[in-house]
Amino acid sequence: MMDEKFFIGLLALAFVKATPITLGALTGIYSERSGIINIGIEGTMLVAAFTSFIVSVVSQNLWVGLLGGMLAGGLVSLLLAVLSIRYKVNQIIAGMVINLLAIGVTNYATRVYIDTSGIAGIGVLPKWRIPLLMDIPILGPILFQHQPLVYFMFGLVVLTHYVMFYTPWGLRTRAVGEHPRAADTVGIPVNPMRYASTVIGGLIAGMAGSFLVVEAVGSFQKMMTTGRGFIALAVMIFGRWNPFGALVAALLFGFAEALGVRLQLGDINNIQALVYLTGLGMLLGGTIQMITDFVKKKETRSKIIAGMVAITGLIAAILGQTLTFPPTVIPFQFLGILPYVLTILVLTGMVRGAAAPAAEGVVYEKQ
Amino acid sequence: MTTSVSPLSRLGHNLRQTLGNILIPILAILTSLVVVAGVIALSGANPLEGFMGLWDGAFGDGDAVANTIIKTTPYIFAGLALTIAFRGGMFNIGVEGQFFVGSIIATLIGYALRLPPVIHLIVAILGGAIGGGLWGAIPGWLKARTGANEVITTIMTNYIILRIINWLISPNGGPMRNPARPLPQTPEVYPTAYLPWIDFSKINFPWVNLSWLASATGSLHWGSILALIMAVIVFVLLWRTILGFEIRTVGISPTAARYAGVNVERTMVTTMALSGAMAGIGGAVQVLALTHYFSTGFNVGYGFDSIAVAMLGGLHPAGVVLAAVLFGAMDAGATIMQMRTGVPIDIVTIIQGLVLMFVAADLIVRQIYRIRVKPADGTTPVSATVQTAGESG
Repeated sequence: MMDEKFFIGLLALAFVKATPITLGALTGIYSERSGIINIGIEGTMLVAAFTSFIVSVVSQNLWVGLLGGMLAGGLVSLLLAVLSIRYKVNQIIAGMVINLLAIGVTNYATRVYIDTSGIAGIGVLPKWRIPLLMDIPILGPILFQHQPLVYFMFGLVVLTHYVMFYTPWGLRTRAVGEHPRAADTVGIPVNPMRYASTVIGGLIAGMAGSFLVVEAVGSFQKMMTTGRGFIALAVMIFGRWNPFGALVAALLFGFAEALGVRLQLGDINNIQALVYLTGLGMLLGGTIQMITDFVKKKETRSKIIAGMVAITGLIAAILGQTLTFPPTVIPFQFLGILPYVLTILVLTGMVRGAAAPAAEGVVYEKQ
Repeated sequence: MTTSVSPLSRLGHNLRQTLGNILIPILAILTSLVVVAGVIALSGANPLEGFMGLWDGAFGDGDAVANTIIKTTPYIFAGLALTIAFRGGMFNIGVEGQFFVGSIIATLIGYALRLPPVIHLIVAILGGAIGGGLWGAIPGWLKARTGANEVITTIMTNYIILRIINWLISPNGGPMRNPARPLPQTPEVYPTAYLPWIDFSKINFPWVNLSWLASATGSLHWGSILALIMAVIVFVLLWRTILGFEIRTVGISPTAARYAGVNVERTMVTTMALSGAMAGIGGAVQVLALTHYFSTGFNVGYGFDSIAVAMLGGLHPAGVVLAAVLFGAMDAGATIMQMRTGVPIDIVTIIQGLVLMFVAADLIVRQIYRIRVKPADGTTPVSATVQTAGESG
């Protein structure tokens, strides 16, 4: 049943599932903080996944494959940057060009180069068990027994936060995204900054795509990104264009995806698990909201709503743990919907236009 | 433009502009084909042979032309759906999902209800329109109420509806499954709901006589005619009605529209509902005219491709019809091309992506071919969407 082992397994899986989404969100943060909207993350990841597979098979080395995937991601993002900056293409259309081309090129190349030769993958990267830390009860198995890219993801979140908010380079990038005219006036090269930031983002999207091949699946499958690049955008918005915010949001999605995968095993009563976990989530979210409301001295109404959410959650969690539910299996198609529905809920729950870089999507032209 | 110009020079200006509007898409297509020729050559096949196969499969004989028209039809509906949405400043990437909703609702009405002929067909198509319209209105409503970015929400609705439909038609207990078949598909609709083939021998009026095409009877369905009618309706809607004026005003500048007294939020929802309804009709037509049952996989891909159709068509119904013919021809010809030269049909998606790129990035095309005709001043559709992106993105 839902014991300690169940939760440890679920949370560990949530971190794995959150990894490509977080990386994708970091991609979005780099390009959008500099003022370039990146709808093409999905396509960038897809091309990177394909490239990392081919390169890893040819070189017989997964790390070289990862490198190849990242370079491919950088190149695809360079195309996005050239279309958006040099040719002033509407950035949403430019992103869709990337997505459409990525589907076409990878499907075509899969038929021509993979299906015909029947080449197989060379496995996935082994887990890095961190000595000492992995033995910590509960936290050890959740956090410190993962494959390398999960740790890289954590590292990149910290690094991105540092670069964006504590270095001159990050300050310039943000200036270019918020007020390019002012940035230009003080001598910051607007468009070169945008190129650099978008391509760096592309390298990270390349890592996200490669993750699917060199850590998750071990081979390339057509359309294997299944919307993660788009979910990453929602995660970026939910995280208010901040790396740590994106990580927290991505964990929410990772958890939803992990839960969908875990419940399909069928050894747990699906309804009971959903009632119980939703209750826990509401309790946690409501409590956190209430505490922040008190700290920030928000209006009473907001506190009451948060409190009611928390209490409803508590009741649901207790009911979920004590009641006996008729054995029900939710069709797996519905469990797979969870992350997508969550994306829509998250986007609608956001305050209008919250914290988006002001000059996002606007071509900068010198006067 | 505030500068005064003589009527004659304005005429010349308009002519040059029209020429530019047609020239750029054509050059964009040519450039895409050149690039793709390189891709085909890389894979070891002969590009010329490939293109010959593509042409023969699309226009080689009567059957090929009929096939092209059949493949063109869904692109017209999808391209029109995007024209409405883009003109209204809504980036509806969810056309594929709305198309599916139209298909599945029309199928449900087709096999679950017993109605007299013609009425059954009309109810099924209307059902598809309403279904697609409601499914499209959801992201529109969310955007109007909460500002949720419609690009992402429409993509999410695609994934959601695909999974719901997979469950509906799943052979393992799906409520809409065909119990007689082990495959994921619905039962067949009653013949009363069929969208019939065109009987050319019966079209014999003084003003239009098509009986000479009698041998083509059974190769084209009425859905293609419906698509053309819809193109006219969309033109009238957008450029000859108040609602259309409001949609386009919101598309160009929501702020200006608000000052002018337009209910921007309501217009956003209406735009998405109309766009979804158009896609829904397209989905309904595919089922009622061709397959007569629903299974996933038979019409995947119209969502993203139709963005290219709409952009290539200059977000104008007439242009969309022409662009749809091009895409329909490529779809129809791809099979013959693959049979003859082994070039996979997926090459078509690459061509479509490149066409979208070169049409959107018309500056590239202008540079390659050294065209000096200026783009129209903020009135061309592409630049119109550029403006809205700045405001709504």
